[in-house]
Order: sequence, then C-alpha cells, then structure tokens
Amino acid sequence: MTKIIPVGPYHPLQEEPEFFQLHVDGENVTDIDITIGYNHRGIEKLSEARTFDQSAFLVERVCGICSTSHPFAFVQAVEDIGKIEVPERALYIRSIVGELERIHSHLLWLGLAGHFLGYNTIWMWAWKCRETVIDILELISGNRQNYAMFKVGGVRRDIDDNDIPHYLKLLDEVVPALNLFRGAVTDDPVIRARLVGVGVLSREEAVSYAAVGPTARASGIAIDVRKDEPYAAYDRIEWEIIVTENGDVYDKVILRVLEMLESVKIARQCLENLPGGEIDANVKEIPPGEGIGRHEAPRGEVLHYVLSDGSNMPVRHKIRAPSFQNVPTNKVAAVGETISDAAIVLAAVDPCYCCTERIAVIDTGGDRRAACGDELIRLSQEKTRRIARRMGREIK
Amino acid sequence: MNWKLYSLLKSPWVFHLSTGSCNNCDIEILDFLTPRYDAERFGIQLVGSPRHADILLVTGAMNRKAAPLAKKIYNQMAKPCLVIAFGACGCTQGIFEGSYAVAGTVDSEIPVDLYIPGCPPRPEAIIAGIARLISSIKEKKE
Ligand code: SF4
Repeated sequence: MTKIIPVGPYHPLQEEPEFFQLHVDGENVTDIDITIGYNHRGIEKLSEARTFDQSAFLVERVCGICSTSHPFAFVQAVEDIGKIEVPERALYIRSIVGELERIHSHLLWLGLAGHFLGYNTIWMWAWKCRETVIDILELISGNRQNYAMFKVGGVRRDIDDNDIPHYLKLLDEVVPALNLFRGAVTDDPVIRARLVGVGVLSREEAVSYAAVGPTARASGIAIDVRKDEPYAAYDRIEWEIIVTENGDVYDKVILRVLEMLESVKIARQCLENLPGGEIDANVKEIPPGEGIGRHEAPRGEVLHYVLSDGSNMPVRHKIRAPSFQNVPTNKVAAVGETISDAAIVLAAVDPCYCCTERIAVIDTGGDRRAACGDELIRLSQEKTRRIARRMGREIK
Repeated sequence: MNWKLYSLLKSPWVFHLSTGSCNNCDIEILDFLTPRYDAERFGIQLVGSPRHADILLVTGAMNRKAAPLAKKIYNQMAKPCLVIAFGACGCTQGIFEGSYAVAGTVDSEIPVDLYIPGCPPRPEAIIAGIARLISSIKEKKE
C-alpha cells in the first residue's frame, strides 16, 4: 500500500521552503511530488517597472547563491539587443566573479551534502574554506553576497592591479582544501557505499529531461555554455569541461569537486592575464529589439530573454533557471530508492527553488485539478451555457 | 519583569523561517553557525521545529503563499518567544516592494521584537542583533 510522507514546506532539510510529498511503499519511494511557490516574488513583473540599470540589481536577488549568474545572463541579453561591445577588461572581471561564485556555490552544496549524509565535519570544513572565497569576493566587490558587479556594457568596479597577488594567494589557499575534499570523498569507504549507484540518472534520461549543468555532465553529457557558446573571457583561456559517466550521486559530488579545481584554474588565469583599459562601454541607449543572454551558472545554464521597445525599461523579461529542468529529474532519480536515500538524491541536483519560482502551474493529476481564476470563469460560463441549452435557449 | 522571557536568554534556540527570500539571508544564517562565526559558542542553535525554538528568525518579503504559514508557525511556538525580522526584505520588503506576490511585511503578520537590516546582513550583524536583544531584555528586567 502506498503511503504519502509530507516533507515541508518548512523543514530542516533545506533552507528554502518547498513541499515534497514522497509516495512510499514500505521503504521504497514510488513517486514524488514537489510543490513550490513559497518563494515566488514576481521578479519578472517587477523588472518591467525598472530601468535596465536597476534590473541588474533586481535579478541579482532572484537567488542569493547564484547572485552573479542572473545579472551575468541579464546584461548579456541587453547587450545582445544593442550589439554592445564590452571592453576586454570587463569581460575578464566578469569571468573572475563568475568562477569565484561557482567555487563558493559548489562548496556550499558540498557542505550541505556532507550534512545530509551525517558528515557534519565536511559541512563545517567546506563552509570554512568557502569563507576564503567569500573574502576574495568581498575584497573585489565590497559585499559578501549580492556583489553588484554587473552593469550593461561592463562592470561596476575595477580590480586594482596591486591587489592581484593577494587574491592569487587567497586562491592558492583554497586548493589544498579542495584536494582534501577530493581525497575525503574518493577514499572514504562509507561515503562510497552511501553514494555509488544511488540516484542514477542515465544519459538517455538526462537528455529526455533536458537536464543541464552538473546534473547532465555527471551523466556523461558534455554541455557547458562556457564552451558551447563562449562569452566573457572563457574562450581566451585554457580549461576543460569536467564530465563523469555514471550519473549517480557519487559522480555528481566528484564532478563538483573537480569543477571547483577547474574554476580556480580559470580565475587564476584571468587574474594573471587581466588586460588593461576601460571597464565600461558607457551605454547610453538600448534600441528596440529582443535579446538572449546565457550563462553557465553553478547549477547549469541560465537564460534571460529581454524585449525592449527603445525606452529605458524592458517590456518583457523572462528568466529560465537551471533548476527548472534539473528538479524534475528527481522523478527518475529518486523513485525506486529507499526513503533514507531520498534526502541526498533530492539534494544532488543542487536544487534552487528561489531561481525556479518564476511561475507555478499546479497539475495535481487524476481527477483532482487545480484551476486558476480564468479557468473557473470558463467552467462557470460553460455551465450557464449547458443549462441554457437544456432550457432551450442560446446564450451568445 | 518577565521571568519566563529572562530564562530563555541563556541559550536561545532559533527557528529559521524563510517567507520568500532570495536565499542569501538564509545562507548567512547558516554561515553564522560555521567555524568562522561559530554562534554555538554563545549557546545559539538552529533547531528543526518551531515548537523547540525560543527565537523565530524570519527572512524574506512575506510571499502570499507563505504568510498564512508564518502565522501558523508563530502560533505553534511556545510563548513567550521572540521574533526577529531579518534582512531588508524582512524589515521592509526591500527590493520586492510593490510586487503582486508579496502580502505585507513580517510585522504586518506577526509581532516583531528586533529588526536586522542589510541585504543580506553580515553574520556578525546577527550575533550583534541577538546580543542586543538579550541585553535589552535584561535591562528591562532590572
Ligand atoms: S534582504 Fe536582500 S539578501 Fe535578504 S532575502 Fe532580501 S533580497 Fe535577499
């Protein structure tokens, strides 16, 4: 017999509210439902009432963890409308901030994953190491989170060339810690036993769910916007896409650890080769038109679509976050696992509900249906028409 | 002189409630438990149930769907308890003011004892805020 275990919306598993319903048969998860909407803030609508410069601050607050990714994609979308040339130095600075964010986001995830597995030491160590990365970001941008570095046509703050050796030193401090995590994950027999073969997402499933980012790359699909459609400084430096083959949670962990090392490499090269010159193209006007901006966020590709009518505000601004595609893969990854593995499998895609919550349409399936206002009105009007027909009348 | 309140202050347990935040405030709250800030040395601990908590730490701009839940969670807490509105969003709705999706501020739903502004506030600010709150209650007692 199937039982439903409700988890949430406020539960200690994750810091964001979301409501899981795990359908279980004995120990095994047979189905899973996720209800979100506790974080929806109507950002796309708010953005239509803000200028292009202000929107960059707004989209930063789509999600705190990827507070670089959204402005990154947004400014690229606006630059796409105006075909704006961004100065070389700004491109490098963008890449540096983007990669530092990836490191801190993956460390954050690694810590939480350790916590879910009962390894609180990993949590504390990962977050301790993360503070170093946050320090660099704070030195560069002036804030620990929400860096406000991005603007249409460039970046807001320059990196002082005299500070670069210090940043490089701090980055070097991160590397031994990352190697330690790599060792901890690969050598620990308990972690292997918990994670190998758990929550497998096969290559075909990843393709059919259109998974992106680490979730897809752990299933052997080499997609990465940074390589597929290079932007910022990513085509000017040497780096590799990390791909693993098995699609289980273990591969997702290893992949993220390796990606962090790769990110250190990218950030280091960008800092060492930072070209001189301006950091801002001083954009005056955005012409009418539409543009698309893509960025490889820590969780996968984010896409921003902006429509402009030539005024100083977007007419339409659409955001598509990576978790939107990755979260549904839980449907195959978590189903069939035991309920004690569900926590880590659900966490393995590194879901970010703040990002995903652009709009919620709830399809409850079966005979229960959720109806929105328009649909209720339509149903009501249909009923009137039915009754009218029965009574031999016609309502136009 | 509220002795019950006074007796909470030795080791306040905190329940964290996110009502439509951008995550950053929530991350900073977790951050203040980790080694650099180590709030547990003051006896501050995050707990998993509002029924165990002395302090309710509310982040975010009171989303319409979360507002009734916030009230419910406040009602579940053992009284007396303290409520902290955290972040610019928690204090004033911050950047999300005027959105169709927000229902009000934290203090329009539940009584608030302390506001910690910032976007997001630094972990130090949380510790300072809680310390302030504790000392102000102690002063009132004397
Ligand atoms: S105050 Fe700032 S950091 Fe905190 S939830 Fe609101 S927008 Fe995010």
